[in-house]
Amino acid sequence: MTWTSIFIAGFITYFTRMGMVTLIDKDIFNENFRKILNYVPSVVFPSIIFPGVLLDDYGSLVAITDPKIYGALTAIIIGYFSRNVILTIISGLASYWFLIFIF
Amino acid sequence: MLSKFQIFKIGFFDVAPHLLSVIPFGIIFGAIGIELGFDPIMTYATSLIIFGGASQIVFLQLLSGGASSLIAITSVGVINSRHLLYGAVLSEYLNKLSTIKKIFISYFIVDQGFAVSNIYFKKNKEQNFNHYHLLGSGITLWLCWQISTIIGIYLGSIVPESLGLKFAIPLTFIAIIINELRKLDHLIVMIVSGLAATFFYNAPLKSYILISPLIGLFSAYLIIKFKK
Repeated sequence: MTWTSIFIAGFITYFTRMGMVTLIDKDIFNENFRKILNYVPSVVFPSIIFPGVLLDDYGSLVAITDPKIYGALTAIIIGYFSRNVILTIISGLASYWFLIFIF
Repeated sequence: MLSKFQIFKIGFFDVAPHLLSVIPFGIIFGAIGIELGFDPIMTYATSLIIFGGASQIVFLQLLSGGASSLIAITSVGVINSRHLLYGAVLSEYLNKLSTIKKIFISYFIVDQGFAVSNIYFKKNKEQNFNHYHLLGSGITLWLCWQISTIIGIYLGSIVPESLGLKFAIPLTFIAIIINELRKLDHLIVMIVSGLAATFFYNAPLKSYILISPLIGLFSAYLIIKFKK
C-alpha cells in the first residue's frame, strides 16, 4: 500500500511540474496574466521563508528573541547590500550559530 | 552565442550556492525517513519518485502517524501545487521545445532551479538552447538530493540536531528573492504572502503553501490594477 502511495504521490508531483509546461499554450496568457506571473517567486518563496523563521516545529510563533529572527535579518541586510547568494546564506547561518552557541 | 554545454555549466554554477541548504536538507530527510521507521529503499524511493523535499517529509510523517494514504497523497499534491505556477512561468520560455523534451525537462523543475533559471531566461530571452540552463540547475539539484538522501539514510545521525541546519532552507530562499526587495510592489506582495503563510500555517494538509501564494497573487493583481 505504501509503495502504491509513493507512486501516486510521485505521479501527482510530476503532473504539477509537467502540466503547465506541456499542456498550456503561451498564447492563451493575456498581458495582465503575464504581469501577475512575474510575481510568482515573490509570492511562493516568502510563503516558505516566513513560517520557517517565525514559527517553531509545532507551528507556534517564536519569541522575538529567537536567533532565527536575527539570523534572517542579518541575511537580508548582508544580501541586500552584497547581492551575493553565498554571503547571504553564510552570514545568516553564522549569526544564527553565534547567537545559539556563543552569545 | 553560447554552446549548449556552456549554458548547462552556467545553470550548474548559478544553482551551486543553493546546495548549501539542499545537501543538509537531503541528509536530514534521509535520517528522518529511517527514524520514522521506513526502510532505506522506501525512504530513498520517495526522493527518486516524488523528488520534492518538504513534501517527502510530510508524506512519510503522515503515513508513519497512521494517516490514510489519501490524506498523505493529497498533502503531497497540495504542497507541490506551487509547481503549477512555476510551469506557467516557464512555459513561455520552453514553448519551442518538442513535447518529449518538455516531458523530460519537467521532472527537474524544483524551487531553487526554477528561481535561478527564471532569472537567466529573463536576461537572455533571445538566446537559443536556454533550456540547458534549467537542465544544468535541475540535474545538479537532483543529483545532490539523491546522494544526500542516501548519506542521510546511512549516516544521518552524524549531523547534530543542535546545529539547526533546517534554518538554511529559509535562508536560501531569502538569497533567491533578495533583489526583488528593491521593488516596492514586490516587497508588498512578499509581506502579504509571508504573513498569510504564517497565519494559515496550521490549515489542513499544509494547504497554506497553496493559499498564501494565491493571496499574494491577488494582491499583485490589485497592485497592477492600481498602477493603471
